[in-house]
Amino acid sequence: MTDGYGLEDKSHFRGVWVFLEGRAGGLRDVSTQLIGEGRRLADLRGTPLTGILPGHGVDALAERAIGYGLDRVIVVDDPMLEIYRSRPYAQVMAQLIRRQKPEIVLFGASKNGRDLGGRLHAILETGLAADCVKFDIDAEGNLDMIRPSFGGKSLAHILCKKHRPQMASVRRNVFVAPPHNPDRRGEIVHEQVELSPQDLDAKLLEFDEFTKEGGLRPEEADIVVSGGFGLGDPKNFQLLQDLADRLGGAIAASRKAVDSGWVPKTLQVGQTGMTVRPKLYIAVGISGAVQHLAGMQESDKILVINIDPKAPLFEIADYGIVGDLFEVLPEMIRQLDALKGGGVAGPPALPAEAR
Amino acid sequence: MSGPPSEMRPMRIIVCIKQVPKAQELQVDPVTQTLKRVGVPSEINPPDANALEIALRLKDHHAAEVVVLSMGPTSFDESLERAVAMGADRSVLLTDRILGGSDTVPTAYALSETIQKIGGYDLILTGEETTDASTGHVGPGIAGHLDLPQITYVSEVRIVDGTIRARRTAEDGTEWWQTNMPSLCTVNFGCNKPRSPTLTGKIRVKRGGVIVHWSCADVGIDPKKVGLLNSPTIVAKVDTIRLPPRAGRIFSGDSKESVRALLDALIRDRVVAL
Repeated sequence: MTDGYGLEDKSHFRGVWVFLEGRAGGLRDVSTQLIGEGRRLADLRGTPLTGILPGHGVDALAERAIGYGLDRVIVVDDPMLEIYRSRPYAQVMAQLIRRQKPEIVLFGASKNGRDLGGRLHAILETGLAADCVKFDIDAEGNLDMIRPSFGGKSLAHILCKKHRPQMASVRRNVFVAPPHNPDRRGEIVHEQVELSPQDLDAKLLEFDEFTKEGGLRPEEADIVVSGGFGLGDPKNFQLLQDLADRLGGAIAASRKAVDSGWVPKTLQVGQTGMTVRPKLYIAVGISGAVQHLAGMQESDKILVINIDPKAPLFEIADYGIVGDLFEVLPEMIRQLDALKGGGVAGPPALPAEAR
Repeated sequence: MSGPPSEMRPMRIIVCIKQVPKAQELQVDPVTQTLKRVGVPSEINPPDANALEIALRLKDHHAAEVVVLSMGPTSFDESLERAVAMGADRSVLLTDRILGGSDTVPTAYALSETIQKIGGYDLILTGEETTDASTGHVGPGIAGHLDLPQITYVSEVRIVDGTIRARRTAEDGTEWWQTNMPSLCTVNFGCNKPRSPTLTGKIRVKRGGVIVHWSCADVGIDPKKVGLLNSPTIVAKVDTIRLPPRAGRIFSGDSKESVRALLDALIRDRVVAL
């Protein structure tokens, strides 16, 4: 399947591409954020910025995408591309890249973006750097792809000097999305890519959407309120939920809280649980074992609430309150309600067990 | 390539694993700027252990042979022996100096070639990513090389009427996918509790013969396609600075006052919007 394509004379490669992902009629956050960074890189290289949009009936989305800063969008419209599938999408990207030879291709590090990039880089035999947090152009014109390495303890500069295109993925919320300009003009190009029914090698039998109602997932939430052993009792997670509800966040837990049987394993953050990277991680009654850090240390901001001023988690806190969580949380909830103009009458009742 | 397993032939599952330094022991060699691997406690990459557990559960319910594959130095035998002690039938270590420094492109290529040499496979499982490099590129890369269906980020795999059904955690929900065999799945970190080695398993390891070592020449791997010099990417440098220092604004004292000060800061910094 591979053909050593990536080693062709690199001077033939030009332009920056961004793989676009749709979501509920709009673009995914990560795609608009990538357009912003792609624009900067395209300008640095003096080349056009192109969005790639495989799908079915996506012209309106392509139009809208241009407003974020694209020069053109390549639409590949085919009923076989209606939902994301690894093989046909990889076929589309491989054929387009071979035809048009972009210098740089960026993907969102979403589940599908990683699925696609991993397959594609092996087919094209070219470099792909995962989860980049920063890009530069080096003196030779290569893309300097900067990513956390060794468990987030350092930043590695990855170069792909001989192969083209240079490919990289970027997680959500690493870059800031540019404002949408509905007056921006760009070109929409329809490309045909050969697909056969055999390319539909996987069948989607069922899809259960994560619902926000009562169950916003911590991986998806901008704000995560996480509880540890300090909560002392499963009932007290209601306090976390009350706070999370007011912030539009989700609740999670440390391993100790999960191992104590207080909350399900699906809420566990850390080495043996999930990794979250919200805009704000609120750690309540969590001392901060290394294993817990592994699951949350890349959060944009960390707020630690703990009665013990020596809790290790304070060392990586952006904000902290040293205090009794059973006083601090109800007070936070009360003040938030007051700031919002009082949707809730009176302070929330403190669980009797906590007194 | 093989078709669906017949009644006569047990299904063959190949699980790709990597041995990684234990998460809390990650150390960077200041001279080579690569991960220190010597003298550091190691383990099976945790998501790979979850993949192995899925394979062993399939083996519990179906006639299946579980073959564990790894690529690396002979010190990786430790993890392969553990995998066999947990219940895998046998293991293969692709080990050759010329593989040193391979990035994900040659790694996916070399593993694909080795999988083809093992042959007769119906299902390939890998972890979603490694805890040391965290790219998640090798599993899909193998599927790309071998032109197999791939289902990434799965937590559960079933065999139904000779097809693979897998539950995938997608960006916005949970999906159930069906593919023919052979196919490749990458497995979610922490989706199950990998079993412990058994006494019988340990005895099998002790008797020996559960690991074979293959060189690139044994497998027929093109030396011009592997190793540091044939990897598309290089690590040009590593900034050893830790994560950006955090502001560390800690409030204490009266909770009413400290909460007020905190919320002021959160709103002013636009961390929380009301």
